[in-house]
Amino acid sequence: MSDTAKVVVDGVEVEVPRNYSLLQACEQAGAEIPRFCYHERLSIAGNCRMCLVDWEGAPKPIASCAQAVGDMRPNRDGSPPNIFTKSERAIKARNGVMEFLLINHPLDCPICDQGGECDLQDQAMGYGRSGSRYKEPKRAVDDKYIGPLIKTIMTRCIQCTRCVRFVAEIAGTEEMGLVSRGENAEITTYLESALTSEISGNVIDLCPVGALTSKPYAFNARPWELRKTETVDVMDAMGASIRVDARGGAVMRILPRINDEINEEWISDKSRFIWDGLGRQRLDQPYIRENGKLRPASWNEALEVVAEKLKGDSSRIAALAGDLACAESMKATLDLMRSLGVQSTDCRQDGAALGVDADGNRMPRESYLFNATLMGVDEADAILIIGSNPRKEAPVLNARIRGAWLNRDVPVSLIGEAVDLSYPYEHLGDGPRTLSDVMKAGSKTFELLKSAKRPMIIVGQGALARPDGAAVLHEISKLAADVGCFTAPEGENEGWNGFSVLHTAAARVGGLDLGFLPGEGGKDIISILQAARSGEMDTIFCLGVDEIAAANFGSAFVVYVGTHGDAGAHRADVILPGAAYTEKSATYVNTEGRVQRTVRAVGLKGEAREDWAIIRALSDKVGKVLPYDTIDALRTQMSDDNKIFMGLDYAPLPSATSAQPPYGVSGEMRSEVFRSTIDSFYLTNPIARASKVMAECAELAVAKPAVAAE
Amino acid sequence: MSVRRFDLEAGGTSFSFKSETESKIGFWLSKYPEGKKRSAVIPLLWLAQKDNAGWLSEPAMRAVAERLEMAYIRVYEVATFYTMFRLQPVGEWHVQLCGTTPCMLRGSETLKKVCERKIGKIGAVSANGKLSWEEVECLGACVNAPMVQINDYYYEDLSEESFTKVLNDLEAGKQVEPGPQVDRITSAPIGGLTSLLDETLYDGSRAKSLSSIPNAPVPEPSEPVEKARPKDNAGQPNEASKEISGAASKAKVETAGEKSVNSTVGEGAPKAGFGKTKSFDRSRKSTASLGGAGASKSASAAKPTLNDERRPEALAEPRENEKDDLKRVSGIGPKIEGVLNKLGIFHFDQIARWNRDNVAWVDGYLSFRGRIDREQWISQAKVLASGGDTQFSSRTTGVKKDEG
Repeated sequence: MSDTAKVVVDGVEVEVPRNYSLLQACEQAGAEIPRFCYHERLSIAGNCRMCLVDWEGAPKPIASCAQAVGDMRPNRDGSPPNIFTKSERAIKARNGVMEFLLINHPLDCPICDQGGECDLQDQAMGYGRSGSRYKEPKRAVDDKYIGPLIKTIMTRCIQCTRCVRFVAEIAGTEEMGLVSRGENAEITTYLESALTSEISGNVIDLCPVGALTSKPYAFNARPWELRKTETVDVMDAMGASIRVDARGGAVMRILPRINDEINEEWISDKSRFIWDGLGRQRLDQPYIRENGKLRPASWNEALEVVAEKLKGDSSRIAALAGDLACAESMKATLDLMRSLGVQSTDCRQDGAALGVDADGNRMPRESYLFNATLMGVDEADAILIIGSNPRKEAPVLNARIRGAWLNRDVPVSLIGEAVDLSYPYEHLGDGPRTLSDVMKAGSKTFELLKSAKRPMIIVGQGALARPDGAAVLHEISKLAADVGCFTAPEGENEGWNGFSVLHTAAARVGGLDLGFLPGEGGKDIISILQAARSGEMDTIFCLGVDEIAAANFGSAFVVYVGTHGDAGAHRADVILPGAAYTEKSATYVNTEGRVQRTVRAVGLKGEAREDWAIIRALSDKVGKVLPYDTIDALRTQMSDDNKIFMGLDYAPLPSATSAQPPYGVSGEMRSEVFRSTIDSFYLTNPIARASKVMAECAELAVAKPAVAAE
Repeated sequence: MSVRRFDLEAGGTSFSFKSETESKIGFWLSKYPEGKKRSAVIPLLWLAQKDNAGWLSEPAMRAVAERLEMAYIRVYEVATFYTMFRLQPVGEWHVQLCGTTPCMLRGSETLKKVCERKIGKIGAVSANGKLSWEEVECLGACVNAPMVQINDYYYEDLSEESFTKVLNDLEAGKQVEPGPQVDRITSAPIGGLTSLLDETLYDGSRAKSLSSIPNAPVPEPSEPVEKARPKDNAGQPNEASKEISGAASKAKVETAGEKSVNSTVGEGAPKAGFGKTKSFDRSRKSTASLGGAGASKSASAAKPTLNDERRPEALAEPRENEKDDLKRVSGIGPKIEGVLNKLGIFHFDQIARWNRDNVAWVDGYLSFRGRIDREQWISQAKVLASGGDTQFSSRTTGVKKDEG
């Protein structure tokens, strides 16, 4: 039997794979099929009946979403089956379905947040009647509480069960369901508990009607009055594709964009609901600390103070980059520091042993990238996770891993804390000792990975951000080499590289690529902070460093360039207000090594300036003028220095010149267990900590750890 | 039916299965392979409901979910889908009152009034916790309408008075016999039987005396006799048939059937008195006659003799040494063809000429009586003898041609 089947749709013959649904075949033929319950990334339910088409010879119209093309009989003369999507019967069938769907649907579009982007509204216009024949009372359904993120108006629900399927299949937390039956059917979580998934917000996009809407966004704006900007998310190191909807100077909401290579069409709740944090606790003018208190200052004043400090002993000056710093600002900072002779620079806020080995030599790019690529998860046939909790560190990636387990039975094992990943995995152990055991040829996991065609090892920062990180990195990369994670660029597996470092910060890979690392004789982050504590560091220049406790800076003079009044700003002696990721065009490199650029969606807050421009202005004051006046010139300089910045939006492929493992430094591993570097998923950066919504989520997550573990 | 929700307050915080339920749980789980445990969700919910005084509390539902390693919401979906799972407390005696058309026509509205008066609004539990009621759809006992189900048993043919009495008695802890509450046995006519009353129908006196004994030996061993078939005991009335005639009145007889019912009935049932119920004599008859298993052998001794005057014309050998293919007659297979040949019957025209006596005589040699007439051998043979084809023969010969 051939792998394809032919169908004639409205006179157009198409040949599609046999496992295609008729709906997909119709789309291939250019026909438009309305649908509510069908969704490409969810299982097929076939319960809305909106996608009915007319199959010549069939006694009834058929639901095209649930009909596999391979199962269709040909016509009597052996010619491919004829489908009509615009025949009288098909139109009448949809018209009838539409009427039934609307019978119990309230006519509250004027006050509905879905209004203007509602599938039901659009399709009622396209396929429905002009008026209702229904005179009886409509049914009403109690609204449900399903968490602080999702507002429910359940009377509007048409029971498509997309949300139920999403939560069960993609999110992997079986919490939503359709209870009761017939007229009393209701969508709810179990006894109205809050959803525990980190990607629950996606049900808002999935809901074809206004039953599930965004709670924080409720009654804030209409879709047609929003300015839509397609940009990139920085809440985790995946760099999900997002669309920022803004009105005036305020971001009103954030939605995912479809990007199969990164986030499919999901984003995490943090990416989606962070936007209220963009308007709170913002730094909108420079501050200078005087007599222990911060006072507003002019840019000139503030830059003068900083310049004065930077002119000091360069060995007693350090520069650090935080988790949200863009490549441009890091490049400018690095260039400025080097021109001043400052060698103590580091972008590894968490102290991860990446990018540079013990001798100060730069390590190859492959040693710190998610080499298999996010899409590679769909090809991997055995996955070992070490020292990472992907559910918290990159929830959308975790959903992809779950998909690999669910759809392809890919075995997943974990070395690290036993956490709920939303799919079953084999918990091998929690620390380096287990890693050593696994590395022995003949161990079960070793053989499992070895026998896999495309084994994948995901290395989390929990395994690397520790004093013995370099040794752990060395061991893991050795294991990766031993089990065959690397294959030649030619041949069967076409350059598979399963060694994948999962970062937690959007800025990190960019920093490593730029070489924002200790220079010749420079100190790394640990030594810088050590020196600061012992008073050997005069000035520390921070590009949004908020995850380091204030005490660690000792008595050093701290310059903070950032956006929010968070930990870093509280400790700072001078604050230079910068731009958040929605307010500037900036380059970020995601964990795969994919260079992406954000687009400015809203203007800067108050007197804040784009970060690179602040440093450019500072360089003027210091007297070491940076050789670029525009951001384009800066980017040209950046790509001249490192050609990876020349291309946008693609993940690097392994090539013959790719560096081979092992990486890191051979050494003794300690016995401490691997712990994820993320404590609270909802509070990982200054923007999230400024968000009330995130605070509420974090509180719930702490309050219900027992439920989440089940 | 309205929106169904758990009574969380009454459900408390804990539930555990009774120890004697464990074996039943094991029974249900053993039906499904490992990894498919969730298939047992409905039986387990039912057991949990039984163990929780007739309703399913939230902790009970969770207990089932944990047993089956299912998400709570998945079990919740099932529990709310099926109205037999009651999410609100019920009384010791829970009345399910059928309000569907036949019962409504026969007065279920009156019964509802009784419930409302006696117990309270629909869904309510009476103040003493003894009674509760709900309306349900057809319970499949329309012939005894109007009816209710109380816990595990049907109470049928109710009137306002009898239903009130049933409720009163149950409330008072008295034993109430389930079944019709009028002078009636199951769905038999009220006041006793109205037809087939003649006792001679059952005592064997109406049976014709046989001129020959069925299943008499044939020259060759015939097809194996179907063992379970009730043999004709005519002429030798035994103990059982005596009992049949003697039990025409409504005596309470314990039958094998009743026993098995009783042993599978749930434990909510009243214990005493349920072993014995009014039973119907007809069922007794078949049981009794099955008892005479030894009779077949003695009976088979008598087949019609070869010298019988009713014997049809027989040939010593086929004419012109070429016999007809008797299998072309629908109903005659190779086995019967052999029997017929032994009896000297080789040609269609021989069969076509049989008279009633001949048929009766040949019938005596066949394992299944009456098939000559039933399968219309004679009319078929007439067609075939004249060189024609019946629908059957054309089909069989056609097949043969294809095969050839």
